Amino acid sequence: MREWEWTSLLPILYFNKEVSNVRKNNALWGLIFLTPQLLGLIIFAIIPLISALVLSFMEWDGFGERSFVGLENFIYQFSSSDFWKATYNTILYTVLTVPIGLMISLLLAIALNKIKGKEIYRLFYFMPVVTSSVSIGVIWMWILNGDLGILNQALAMIGIVGPDWLTNTNLVMISIAMLSIWWQLGYNMVIFLAGLQGISKTYYEAAEIDGASKFQQFRNITLPMLSPTTFFVAIMAIIGSFQVFDQAFVMTNGGPGKASYTMVYHIYDNAFVDFRFGESSAAAMILFVVILIFTLVQFKLQKRWVHYEE
Amino acid sequence: MKSNTQTLNDNVMTVAQTKKKIAPARILLHIVLTIGALLMVFPFLWTISSSLKDMTQIFAVPPVWIPDPIVWSNYVDSFTAMPFGRAYWNSFYITAIVVVAQLFTGSMAAYAFAKLRFRGSGVLFILFLATMMIPKQVTMIPLYLIMDKINWLDTHLALIVPGALFNAFAVFLLRQFIRGIPKELEEAAVMDGANPFRIYWSVILPLIRPALAAVGIFIFMGTYNNFIDALIYLSTPENFTVPLLLNNFKGLYVTNWAYMMAGATISVIPVIIVYMFAQRHIIEGVTLTGIKG
Repeated sequence: MREWEWTSLLPILYFNKEVSNVRKNNALWGLIFLTPQLLGLIIFAIIPLISALVLSFMEWDGFGERSFVGLENFIYQFSSSDFWKATYNTILYTVLTVPIGLMISLLLAIALNKIKGKEIYRLFYFMPVVTSSVSIGVIWMWILNGDLGILNQALAMIGIVGPDWLTNTNLVMISIAMLSIWWQLGYNMVIFLAGLQGISKTYYEAAEIDGASKFQQFRNITLPMLSPTTFFVAIMAIIGSFQVFDQAFVMTNGGPGKASYTMVYHIYDNAFVDFRFGESSAAAMILFVVILIFTLVQFKLQKRWVHYEE
Repeated sequence: MKSNTQTLNDNVMTVAQTKKKIAPARILLHIVLTIGALLMVFPFLWTISSSLKDMTQIFAVPPVWIPDPIVWSNYVDSFTAMPFGRAYWNSFYITAIVVVAQLFTGSMAAYAFAKLRFRGSGVLFILFLATMMIPKQVTMIPLYLIMDKINWLDTHLALIVPGALFNAFAVFLLRQFIRGIPKELEEAAVMDGANPFRIYWSVILPLIRPALAAVGIFIFMGTYNNFIDALIYLSTPENFTVPLLLNNFKGLYVTNWAYMMAGATISVIPVIIVYMFAQRHIIEGVTLTGIKG
């Protein structure tokens, strides 16, 4: 039953084991039913994917001649300081948001799991998830404002001179990470909660009889039984954090300097500011491959450390 | 917030009454969770508060919590400064079309994958799922060039058509639901000589209504909040969606915080209202994506 979790995450490894019931009639009707989405798949996924791959080997500004340049776009990216700056910032963002975000949401889920008023807490903790990146960006620009922001005013009350959260080169990524954790916390929490609900009570009852402490129960039942959920949440969070863009675009324009310039920002800038579609596609393919490798490696590894309920 | 503390008090009371021993740890937990909940909601409350202040209140130290006088004109000014009314309309009609069309095309494809298996349908399904692993940024540039070629740039078609015709995630989720429908329910219809379309329309669709609601709300949130596509495709302010207009508004009024917060409130309110009404569906939907796949 629980296998669904990773198969759904890693669809490419999904196998339909059921014997298919082949009927001509089915094929005809099936195609009719599939036509709209199949068209969508071809036009909005397959053709663009192939085009991106082709473009990554071409030089093109969108107007003039297209020319095949081999690996030049990739060499350009790997020798571009902006590319590495973007890579660094993206990894920094991932390192800052994923472990802390997961830890807080897991603790929250455990705290909420058996508590009265769970629904009301959940309502509030989940609320930021549904709001758009632009509105949360604007809201936090005000909260984090160096001179007038409420955060620095609060810090001043306890005698701390608050920094310029969004205009300090060393702080800006931390600030963006901080509000992103706030933004996505509820989402991960709800998935963890669902995972916790899936753990059978009998395990805890058995442990109780054996005299296991709450901490031992957490360590030896909750964590291992929750590992498929943790795995799912972690992968989704990492993939999501590799694609961070909106917050940096809205709040800081990638600045100050390039201090919050991320990989997707780099792809966006290359394509839609500099009109270097080839170079931009090459960067996008690099991001794609990184995400793909990451997903597949994790998929291999998870078999070793993820415990599945039989 | 009142209802929150209210329930908290009630909880503490019932715990105290039912168990003689009040667990101090539990009360402490409630206190911590309530502070946490306050921190989660505070940015929104602060936004609304700031949006109703005049300049002196905005700059006041220590901060003014509840504006006095309440300056409603910030909203009037924001609506006249930028076409927010127009942006609302754009966002709503784009989102409505995408949600309805996607639920229709998505459930059709899902039905085909779940119930009408034929040679090659398994491969097609895997192809669908595999596209979920392609990051948006990879297809973003070719899609922009395609939209340019067919003259859809700066039109809403560029946002509507892809959303209406293709969503592997929706297809996958709906398929999971349809698979769970027992054969017997369809067989009665087959006996009556119904063709697959009739079965889909009068048997399957009514049965997957909860799934359609959950998926529909997801598509609503995703489409209403979508920023990067609107940013890339749209260039005329009259065509802007709410997030894109708010971003432009921010560019113009970055020092006028009361306007900025009014703008943010305007953009957040529809989605918060939907959330309040549909939160059960939303959270169920999240749970389904995480657990059942």
